[in-house]
Amino acid sequence: MKRPGLPLFLQRRPYRRRRKIDAARLLPVFGAFLLLLPMLWAPAGDEGRGTVGDGLYLFVVWAGLIAVARLLAPSLTADGQPDPDEGKG
Amino acid sequence: MVPFNILVVVCLVYVGLLFLVAFLVERRAHARALPWLRSPLIYTLSLSIFCTAWTFYGAVGYAVRSGWEFMTIYLGPTLVFVGWWWVLRKLVRIGKTQRVTSIADLISSRYGKSNMLGVIVTVISVVAATPYIALQLQSVTLSFAVFASTAADGGPVPDKAATALWVAVGLALFTVLFGTRNLDSNERHLGVVTAIAVEAVVKLVALVAVGVFVVWGLAGGPADMMAKINASPLSSWDLQPGRWAGLIFLSAAAVLCLPRMFQVMVVENVDERHLATASWAFPLYLFLMCLFVLPIAVAGLDLLPPGTNPDLFVLTLPLAQGQDGLAMLAFLGGFSSATSMVIVASIALATMVSNHIVMPLWLSLRPARAVSGDVRRIVLLSRRLAIAGIVALGYAYFQLSGGSAALAAIGLISFVGAAQILPAMLGGIFWRGATRVGAVCGLLTGAGVWVYSLYLPSFGPDGVISARLIAEGPWGIGWLRPQALFGVEGIDPLIHAMFWSLVLNATAFFAGSILTFPGPVERVQGAAFVNVFDGEVPAGGWVRGAATAENLLILSQRILGGDGALAFFEAEARMQGKAGPLPDPTPGFVGALERRLSGSVGAATAHAMIAQTVGGAAVSVEDLMAVANETAQIMEYSARLEAQSEELTRTARQLQLANEKLTRLSVQKDSFLSQISHELRTPMTSIRAFSEILMEGDMPPAMLRRHATIIHEEAIRLTRLLDDLLNLSVLENAGVQLTLGLVSLQDMIDRALVAAAQTRPERSFAVHRDPASEALYVTTDADRLTQVFINLISNARKYCAAPEPELRIAVRQRGGRVMVDVIDNGRGIPEDSQALIFEKFARLTDETRAGGAGLGLAICREVMTALGGSITYLPGQGGTAFRVTFPLRLRAVA
Repeated sequence: MKRPGLPLFLQRRPYRRRRKIDAARLLPVFGAFLLLLPMLWAPAGDEGRGTVGDGLYLFVVWAGLIAVARLLAPSLTADGQPDPDEGKG
Repeated sequence: MVPFNILVVVCLVYVGLLFLVAFLVERRAHARALPWLRSPLIYTLSLSIFCTAWTFYGAVGYAVRSGWEFMTIYLGPTLVFVGWWWVLRKLVRIGKTQRVTSIADLISSRYGKSNMLGVIVTVISVVAATPYIALQLQSVTLSFAVFASTAADGGPVPDKAATALWVAVGLALFTVLFGTRNLDSNERHLGVVTAIAVEAVVKLVALVAVGVFVVWGLAGGPADMMAKINASPLSSWDLQPGRWAGLIFLSAAAVLCLPRMFQVMVVENVDERHLATASWAFPLYLFLMCLFVLPIAVAGLDLLPPGTNPDLFVLTLPLAQGQDGLAMLAFLGGFSSATSMVIVASIALATMVSNHIVMPLWLSLRPARAVSGDVRRIVLLSRRLAIAGIVALGYAYFQLSGGSAALAAIGLISFVGAAQILPAMLGGIFWRGATRVGAVCGLLTGAGVWVYSLYLPSFGPDGVISARLIAEGPWGIGWLRPQALFGVEGIDPLIHAMFWSLVLNATAFFAGSILTFPGPVERVQGAAFVNVFDGEVPAGGWVRGAATAENLLILSQRILGGDGALAFFEAEARMQGKAGPLPDPTPGFVGALERRLSGSVGAATAHAMIAQTVGGAAVSVEDLMAVANETAQIMEYSARLEAQSEELTRTARQLQLANEKLTRLSVQKDSFLSQISHELRTPMTSIRAFSEILMEGDMPPAMLRRHATIIHEEAIRLTRLLDDLLNLSVLENAGVQLTLGLVSLQDMIDRALVAAAQTRPERSFAVHRDPASEALYVTTDADRLTQVFINLISNARKYCAAPEPELRIAVRQRGGRVMVDVIDNGRGIPEDSQALIFEKFARLTDETRAGGAGLGLAICREVMTALGGSITYLPGQGGTAFRVTFPLRLRAVA
């Protein structure tokens, strides 16, 4: 259902905020992909998977997720409702 | 070695310290003096009860057995928190607006405040949590045993069961003292949460300290540690894709559905913004907890004698290295992990048990009207008993199972049980079509499959169900073997159970939802949950019933206490604009009161109590539709207003244009009056002057004739002017008599060109025509139309300023209409004058006038209107261009 009264275009600041929300939504999707990725690569030859290599990969991905979430968090703390002066100068 | 007695003393001192923290915080919070308590840091740390003793001790054991697979348990929650914008944000907001007290309350409240659902979720949660609590008791007991066995001189070696019993009693006491001190309408326990945060710091510091000791103390830094890992039995590991993906999903589901996580995440949340901080800080906490697990495992395998329980490496490794202080710290870390989990889990479960099982029972046993006195005492009592009962259950499980199974296995079984709530929860907050029946079906199916295929078999072959049943299925039906349902064999039993229970759960939930019709309260709640970010909470679904405010006050005093209830009623009365302490029992007020009460006793109980007072006059589907209609009407009305205001704007614009035109016309009329007087005066003056000369007589006949000629010509000019004016006046008053006939357009244009050639005959015009297109016969008034052409062509001859003037006449036929364009190559008419040229007496410039009075185009327009056509200025043709449009066949008006 279309909600009346919502502006079609936004000012720069609320626009950036919405894109950050998009990024926050996509972050777990990318995270899940990267964390499931080790299932796809198989160790060469007979020896098992290298513990050190896999561990480094997982910790780096993990730290990356934390860092990106840290970057996104402050701008998302404002209330979910549109700012009262959104759409104005 | 640390003597056992000292260990007990240390534990007691530590617990006493926590006690003190909780006590001080509660007291200061009462005075509202501790702003930092409401900081996101405390919130994040309190979330760390996800890391129980299972993490603290079990992760190392898990790593020894399965390599990095232990990390899945923390990667799932990481994804959930990093993606907080999807689910957690909505859960927390719903928890706040609906004053949710527990996960059972959330589910029950969403599905029409159904107490049956509350009971189902409570039972599932208690059954799933019991082994988990047993696990905590076991880990504390084991850690005590480790110290006791290494310290033979420290005193009597304690009995394992006795230790567990004392730990259980101590924990229950602590929880009762701080978890049920007050019946807050927000169900928050600031003191306990702060104590939990302190414990979170202790366990993190302890694990990191052991890790640092291992990496930099035993090994020579990270590089050496990696070399050691490569040299150890753990240098390679086996990733089972099914378990890897399944466990990440399972832990993500568990962090949402575990009652204790829900308690700290949603119920104890003070400020929604804390969630944003926790979105990265909690994953960071988990990251740090996992960082040193593998090094500790490798060092333990390397340095400890074979056969040492890897689940206790965190403790035994420092002990074996003679690091008593570090061992003590590790012990306290494990102790913290276990105690914090038991405290929060038992508070959460006790709230659920008392709100969904004890209170409804009590209400139905003793009808509310007959009861007087404070219900709060009963609620608190039931919670205390429930806490004791839950811890006792855990202890009983510990005794029965003998504490033999590996820690991690128990934890995962518990996770799968808790995850059964996931479909009903996510469906409830994202899908308005989810119904109570669907939720009941899903939960019962999922829980049934879980118990049958995982929980019961976990007691071991011949534990609860026989080994034969596991191997062959009930009555020999292979399809129903608990660990190979529907003939799917060879999967890891845990993943098998998780897969089937959740798939069947979700299927039953979905099917039940789409096949049934929700009740009115359910629909109200569904809308309130799914659209929680869209603003207004619908007013609880009460119609104006028989309840008086006084009855409601009596009821709420029993739950909120005298002062609290009165304050709430007074505030509501003020909001209604009433002076007294009692507000009107409007549906809105009753809804607000119900939410307030549900913060104490849960949605279902609050709903039932209010229903008893109000007389069961809950809302019907028709009422809902009426409300929806009202909303629709208001929206339609506002849309109409909007349309009206747009129309008004349009009208105002038209009026403004008309006004501008009128003003200009008035100015024009003034200027024409002076113009016309001038026009009339010039011939009059010469007539007068020459007639005076004639009157004097006595002049040669030739001069006489010439003067008479001048007088005659001037009189003709005057007559022509007056004729024009008269003509126009007749046309304007629609008194025209048209003589219709079939005429050739080409003839008319020919005639017009010949007639117009008399105007400024000294100029020669190049005329471009297209004879083919002019070969048209039209029914119209030939004389009048020709007059229009003459006017246009003469105008072009008069005003075209080009040195080599050209005239183009283009004829086109569109449908039943003919368009004749008369275009010259002059300067054209400026845009601001285009609207005026067809007005009477309009003249663009004074100096180019050639005897006209500015009536030509005005007459043309009137003629064309009379002929059923129009004349317009055609801009953008490279000169002055007029388009004459008229019907091909003009029918005489009767």
